[in-house]
Amino acid sequence: MKHYILIIACCLFGIAYGQNCNYKLSGNVHDFHDGSAITGAAIYIETLDRYTTSDIEGNYSISNLCNGLLTLEISHLGCETKRINVQINGNTQYEINMEHHIEELNEIKIDASGNSKLTKTSQETQLKAKTLERFSAFSLGDALKQVSGVSSINTGNTIVKPVINGLHSSRIVVMTNNVRLQDQEWGIEHAPSIDLNSAGQINVIKGANALAYGGDAIGGVIVLKPKNISLKDSLYGKTILGAQSNGRGYNISSSLTKSWEKGWYATGQASYKRFGDFKAPDYYLTNTGMNSKGVSLNTGFKTFEKGFNIFYSYLNNEIGILRASHIGSVEDLVNAINNQKPLVQDDFSYAISAPRQEVTHQVIKADFFKRFKTFGRLEVQYDFQNNRRFEYDIRVGDDKDKAALDLTLKTHTLKSDLKIDSNTNAIYKFGINVGFQNNFANPETGVRRLIPDYDKYDFGVYAITDFKLGDNTNLDFGLRYDFSKIDAKKFYITSRWEERGYDEDFADIVIDDLGTQLLANPVLTYHNVSASAGITYQFNANNSVIFNYGLANRAPNPSELFSDGLHHSAARIELGDLRIKQETSNRIGTSYLFKNETLSVNLESYLNHINDYIFIKPTGTELTIRGAFPVWEYEQTNALLYGLDVSANYKFNDDWFLNNKTAFIKGRDVTKKEALIDMPSFKTVNTIGYSNKKWLNFNAELQSELVLKQNDYPDNNFEVFIPTTEEFVLLDISTPPPTYHLMHFESDITVKLFEKTDLNIGLNITNIFNTSYREYLNRLRYFADDLGRNFMLQLKINY
Amino acid sequence: MKTLKNLSLLFISALVFTACSNDDDNPEPVNEEEVITTLTATLVPTTDGSTITLQTRDSDGDGPTAPVVTVSGALAANTTYNGTLSLLNETESPAESINVEIEEEDDEHQFFYQVTNSLATFTYEDFDEDSNPVGLAFTLTTSATPGTGTLTITLRHEPNKSASGVSDGDITNAGGETDIQAVFNISVE
Repeated sequence: MKHYILIIACCLFGIAYGQNCNYKLSGNVHDFHDGSAITGAAIYIETLDRYTTSDIEGNYSISNLCNGLLTLEISHLGCETKRINVQINGNTQYEINMEHHIEELNEIKIDASGNSKLTKTSQETQLKAKTLERFSAFSLGDALKQVSGVSSINTGNTIVKPVINGLHSSRIVVMTNNVRLQDQEWGIEHAPSIDLNSAGQINVIKGANALAYGGDAIGGVIVLKPKNISLKDSLYGKTILGAQSNGRGYNISSSLTKSWEKGWYATGQASYKRFGDFKAPDYYLTNTGMNSKGVSLNTGFKTFEKGFNIFYSYLNNEIGILRASHIGSVEDLVNAINNQKPLVQDDFSYAISAPRQEVTHQVIKADFFKRFKTFGRLEVQYDFQNNRRFEYDIRVGDDKDKAALDLTLKTHTLKSDLKIDSNTNAIYKFGINVGFQNNFANPETGVRRLIPDYDKYDFGVYAITDFKLGDNTNLDFGLRYDFSKIDAKKFYITSRWEERGYDEDFADIVIDDLGTQLLANPVLTYHNVSASAGITYQFNANNSVIFNYGLANRAPNPSELFSDGLHHSAARIELGDLRIKQETSNRIGTSYLFKNETLSVNLESYLNHINDYIFIKPTGTELTIRGAFPVWEYEQTNALLYGLDVSANYKFNDDWFLNNKTAFIKGRDVTKKEALIDMPSFKTVNTIGYSNKKWLNFNAELQSELVLKQNDYPDNNFEVFIPTTEEFVLLDISTPPPTYHLMHFESDITVKLFEKTDLNIGLNITNIFNTSYREYLNRLRYFADDLGRNFMLQLKINY
Repeated sequence: MKTLKNLSLLFISALVFTACSNDDDNPEPVNEEEVITTLTATLVPTTDGSTITLQTRDSDGDGPTAPVVTVSGALAANTTYNGTLSLLNETESPAESINVEIEEEDDEHQFFYQVTNSLATFTYEDFDEDSNPVGLAFTLTTSATPGTGTLTITLRHEPNKSASGVSDGDITNAGGETDIQAVFNISVE
C-alpha cells in the first residue's frame, strides 16, 4: 500500500513540477549462487511498458527515466521470474540477483507435483499426496507398502511398523518435517507415532546412504514432509471423509492453508479415526478397535533468501490388542497355536479394553534459514518431542485400570545444516547436531520397569559432497561421526543379575542393594563412524544405473540393553544384555532404471552384511509360580541380507496399464549358517488399471497380491511339559503360515462441484474373496486370522 | 546473523536448563503388588494318619529361579483329607497373606484341582455369594488303588464361573488369568 501511495504521490509531483526525465538505471544481472553473469535475461519495465535484455556480461541499462518508483519484471530460462521495485533517484545503479536452481525453488514454490528426490545416488522412492490420501484411514506402515521392498511387521492390523529390505525398528530413521522421530521405536509393538494425514509427500531411502538424517539407519530413512505451500495470496483446503465395513470404521481429515505472496503462511490440519473390532473371514477379532486423534499446525515465513518455520503436532492413539492374544503361560500358547482359532470371540463392539495401549506424541519445532549470496544456505533448528506411552494389561483387583507400563520419553535436539551450493557441479553439505533425551518409567504402575530411567546424550557431525561430472554422472561421498552416551539407573532382581553373570562383569556399577533387588548404574558410550559413496550414470534418455555403498553403525537401543522380565502383554520373558555392542552394516546397492514412453522398469538389488546383528529369538522357557513362560533373548550374530526389488509399469495406451511390484529377500545368519528369523516372504503384486477422463476422470485398478510361504526360517521350536496330561508337546513358534493370494479393487471418480472445488469419490474393496490367511510378520498370527473383506468409501473434497 | 545468534543462544540455554534440572536422585524401586511367591496346601486326613503338606515357593517371583516344590509325603489310599490353601507374598517382610484378598473378592477367584491317573477326587468346600465354588477349602478323596502322578493346582483370577463345567471344577472353559499354576508329584500308597 505504501508503494502505491508513493507512486501516486510521485506522479502528482511529476505532473505539478514537470520533472527531469533523463536519468539512467543500469546494473548487472547475475546468479544468486555463484555470482556468474546471466546473459539474455528479459527485463520488462512494467511502469513504462518497455523491454530490454542483459548483454553477454549480464549488463543492462534503461535510459530516459524520471525519478520515482519503477517496477521491473526479470525473466530468464530456468529461473524464477522476479518482480522488483527500484527507486530511481538520479542515475541509479541496481544489481539484480536471479535464482536459477530449480531444485531449491521447488522447495519454495511448486506444489508437491514435481518429483523431488532428496538424494541423487540412493535407492529412493517417493509417495505423492494422491497415494497418501488413499491411505487416509490407515497407518504409515500400510502406505509405505506401496514401495517395492518395503513390508511391515505387525501386531494386529493397527500396529504396523515399516520394514525396509528386512530391517525395522531402530534400524529405520523416520523424519517428520525434518525432525527425527523419537517415539520408543525400539519395540515391535510400538508403531511410528505419525498421523499419515499430516504428510504431503513421503520419500523412502533404502540403506544408510542419507547420512544427513543419521548414521544408524541401517535399514533406511523415511522422510515425511508437509505439503509444499505456494507463495501466493490464497486460501485453500482439503477434507477427506471415509467409511469402511470392516471394523465399521470412519475417519475424517481436514486441512486449511492460508498463504500470502509476501511469504507468510499457516496451515492447520486435524484428523480423527475410529474403528471397532475388525473381522477375519470367520469371526470378529475381539478388542482390535482403534481411536486416533491428530492435530498439526505449521506456520512461518519464507522467501528464497530467508525464512522460519514453527511446527507443532499432536497425536493420540488408543489401540486395542486382540483379546485372544493375551495368554497366561506357555500352555496357553500351545493351546492357541494348536487351536487355530482365537480363544476369545465376542460380538462386534467399539469398546477398547485391556490389553490396549495409549500413546501420545507431541512435536514442537522451530527452524530458521538464510541463504547467502554466492555461498549457500544455513539452517538452524531446535525440536522437542514428548512421547507418553501407556500399556494396559489385563489386570485384576484394584489395579484393573492401572497401566502396566507408563513411559515418558522427552527428547531435545538442536541442529544446524549448511549447504554450500554456489557451484552447481560441486555441492557441499555439513551438519552438526546435539541431543538430550530422558526416559522416565513411572513406578506407580506397580509393575517392575521393562525399560529403566535413563539419560541419553547424542552428538553428531557430517559432511557430504555431491559432484556433477558432465551431464550424465553424479557422484557423492559422505562421512559422519556420532557419539552417544546412555546413563541409566536400573533395578535388577538379584537372581537375574547373577543368572546373567553381571555379578562378575559389572559388579562395580551396583549402587544400591535392596536384598531381592539391586540398583545398577550402567553408563555406556558409543562412537560410530558411518560413510557413504554413490554414483549414478545416465547412458542415454532411457537407461541409467545407480551404484552405492554405505557403512553404518548402530548403537544398541535401551530395549536391547535393558529388557528384563515378563512382558505381560506378550506373555513372554524378554531379556536384553548389557554386553551388546553396536552393529556394523556394509551395504552395496545397485539399481538399473529403464524408462521410455510406454515402459518403465526399476530394478534395485542390495547386499547388506551386518556384523554383530542384534536380534531377539525364543530360547526356551522359564518356570514361575504362574507356570512356564517362553523366554526371548537378544543375541548378536553376523548376518547377510540380500535381495531384489522390482517395480515395472507398462502403458498399453492412454487408458490401460499394467504394474508389477515384486520383492525378493534372503536373510542368513552366517555364523550359525541358518536363516534369519522374521525375514519378509517373497511377495509380488500385479495391477491392471483403466482410466477414462471422459467418465468423470474415472480410474479403476484390480490388484492381485501373492505372498509365498517363507521357507527359510530358523527352527526355534522347543518341547513344553504339560503337567495336566504329563506330556511333552512341541511348541511350534517357528513354522511360517502358508502361501496366500488376495485380490483387491480400487476405483474413483472426480466431480467438479464449483470453480475451485473438486469432489473425488473412491470405492475400494480389499480381500475381495474374503480369503482366510495369516502373515508371517504379524505377531498375532499365532492367535487369529488376518482381516477379511473390507468395503471402503472415501470422499475427498479439494477447495 | 544476529537473529541466528539469539536463536541458538536461546536453544542452548534451554538445553542446558533441561539437562541441569534433571536431578540425580535414584529412582524408587517397584515392589510388585500382585506377587504370590508361596502356595501351601495342607491336607488333614479325616481319619487317622499324618497331615500332608504340598508347597511351591518361588522366592524371586518372575525372576529366573524356578519355584521349589516340596511334598511332605505320600497320601494314604482310600482316605478323605480336609484341604486348605495358604498363599503368601514373601518378597515383602513380614510376608503378606494373599488369602485375605482372595476371600474379599471370592467371586473373582477359583482354584482348580487336576490329578492324573485318577488318583483322587475333589469337592469344593467354600463358595462365593453366588454359591459358586472358590476352592481355598476342599476335600480330597484318594482312590483305592495306589499309584503315582501329578496334582496341578491352578488359581484363575476372574474366571467365567457360570461357563459349562466350571462350577464342577473343570478348568476347560474357565478363561480368566492364571495367577498360580503349581504342579506336585504325588503318590498314593
